[in-house]
Amino acid sequence: MKKILIALLCAPVLAFAAGAELHLDKAPDRANDMPALQRGAQVFVNYCLNCHSASYMRYNRLKDLDLTDAQIKDNLMFAAEKVGEPMRIAMQRADAKAWFGAAPPDLTVIARARASEFGSGADWLYTYLRSFYRDEARPTGWNNVVFANVGMPHALWQLQGDQILGEDHRLKLVKPGKLAAAEYDALVGDLVGFLKYMGEPMSELRKRLGVIVLIALSIIFVFAYALKREYWKDVH
Amino acid sequence: MSAINPKLQGLLNWVDERFPLTSNWKAHLSEYYAPKNFNFWYFFGSLAMLVLALQILTGIFLTMHFKPDASLNASGVPVAFASVEYIMRDVPWGWLIRYMHSTGASAFFVVVYMHMFRGMLYGSYRKPRELIWLFGMMIFLALMAEAFFGYLLPWGQMSYWGAQVIVNLFSAIPLIGPDLSVWLRGDYVVGDATLNRFFAFHVIAVPFVLVGLVAAHILALHEVGSNNPDGIEIKKKKDANGIPLDGIAFHPYYSVKDIVGVVVFLAAFSVVVFFMPEFGGYFLEYNNFFPADPLQTPPHIAPVWYFTPYYSILRAVTFPLFGIDAKFWGVVAMGASVVIIALLPWLDRSPVKSIRYRGPLYKGFLAVFIVSFFILGYLGMLGPTPVRTIVSQICSVIYFAFFLLMPIYSSLDKCQPEPDRVTFK
Repeated sequence: MKKILIALLCAPVLAFAAGAELHLDKAPDRANDMPALQRGAQVFVNYCLNCHSASYMRYNRLKDLDLTDAQIKDNLMFAAEKVGEPMRIAMQRADAKAWFGAAPPDLTVIARARASEFGSGADWLYTYLRSFYRDEARPTGWNNVVFANVGMPHALWQLQGDQILGEDHRLKLVKPGKLAAAEYDALVGDLVGFLKYMGEPMSELRKRLGVIVLIALSIIFVFAYALKREYWKDVH
Repeated sequence: MSAINPKLQGLLNWVDERFPLTSNWKAHLSEYYAPKNFNFWYFFGSLAMLVLALQILTGIFLTMHFKPDASLNASGVPVAFASVEYIMRDVPWGWLIRYMHSTGASAFFVVVYMHMFRGMLYGSYRKPRELIWLFGMMIFLALMAEAFFGYLLPWGQMSYWGAQVIVNLFSAIPLIGPDLSVWLRGDYVVGDATLNRFFAFHVIAVPFVLVGLVAAHILALHEVGSNNPDGIEIKKKKDANGIPLDGIAFHPYYSVKDIVGVVVFLAAFSVVVFFMPEFGGYFLEYNNFFPADPLQTPPHIAPVWYFTPYYSILRAVTFPLFGIDAKFWGVVAMGASVVIIALLPWLDRSPVKSIRYRGPLYKGFLAVFIVSFFILGYLGMLGPTPVRTIVSQICSVIYFAFFLLMPIYSSLDKCQPEPDRVTFK
């Protein structure tokens, strides 16, 4: 019997050894860092919100990031009339499909969708946005290490510059962009921080509330347990 | 109910002459005598009722804002998917209600699995409680249906392809299969018709059945009385008033005890809801944050954790038999793996009920069974490889052997004598 048990317990180790690996860089934590999240929002509306919508996200929700309606309207709203509108785009999906091969996905919850056993969705996005390289074989001239044969061209290429994929399967910057490598990483970190915020805008409230709920339940527990003890004194 | 305000007593009498209020209160609560030696495992029945209530309550509010509509909105997103995000963002406290509902689904299976395991530990399914067990198994089946229908509603990639895989299983049935699966879907692929009918099943048909079965489960229980960790009948030893010597009134003793269980459960539940609502991708699968796309099959389709043991058994059958392909026999094996649990009252031939007095044979079989069940569950979440398939085949054989060999090993086992009275420190 014991042998069967041991064999059974060892079996999973064998069974789970196989599988492809995807190495992701850890995305920096921008939670509650308002200046960083504001910059991320700015990068998002300037670089992403032309092809990608964020259609479950209303502009005025950005007040979460310590912004006022006026600031949002003046600095972040290029494609909407009213501050209560969701972040939609003008491009038609059928056109986008014809141009890129696939319609660019809505990005509202992308930071949640891209999570996997290899890392958080933020890690995936942070690595992905820094892994574009020149590939003349692709229609857009760009390819990506994390997302092979991706339809999207490198939207941030002017900032990062041109990378190529070397023989050693490592990315190498061959033509610098407007930003130094560290500056570019920080900018992508802010953008990914914003995408993570947008994926679940209430996440910080949720955690704060959770602490209060658990404290309340602990207090209720003390009374509930005392009540039980009192009644059960009669049971012998 | 002795020291009661005379006016209230008058009102109560008025009601009692027209409705069996006091008599039911007594029969099911204040004079329902439960064994005094219930342990940790006995919390999960009342917790299952609590989760059912939570699911119905949160579900009602979700229904007010959810739209079962597979058509694409102006931004090219399916309306159903977008309405879930609308609940998460624009409905006040919608995120909390939705997370409670999604966590509640997994919590339901956690407490029900614990409740079922309790039955196996202490032989709660044995005579005279066979019908309680059968009603319980029907609840389990209804719960699986409820979870399956509900999982399609957010209309994400996993919702869509999970439903596609499961409905396609019916197409493996010879002759009628293909037509049957079209009839179930209402379309040739999972589509708007499927979403709408699953919504109808999820919000009214199955909950209705579920509540009725729970009532039958409890009525049957209160007819024969509860089992206990010693597996002996407390009704055999009664005092002069006909009250079991080892019995205590459910109310107030177990009502106050269950409140403690409820508070502890709610604390664990809150940890998930407030700090880890996705639970590492097990309660809310990551891929389900992509809207359903009928043209893009995900590389890896895995059911939610509570279905994975049976899914593993389905995939473990890789060989055709009697000229019918393997898929059909996989479906048969999967169905059998659930239904066979219902046969426990007739498979178990042990002279004792409780694990406390059973011999090493049963304990060994149960331990190996539980280990296999967990391995099957784990493998069901992963993609198949040749090694994994062999492991799941071995575990499937153990799974069925536990049940099918039970008439033999349970009667051969060297059991200890049961005590006269329950063990209570």
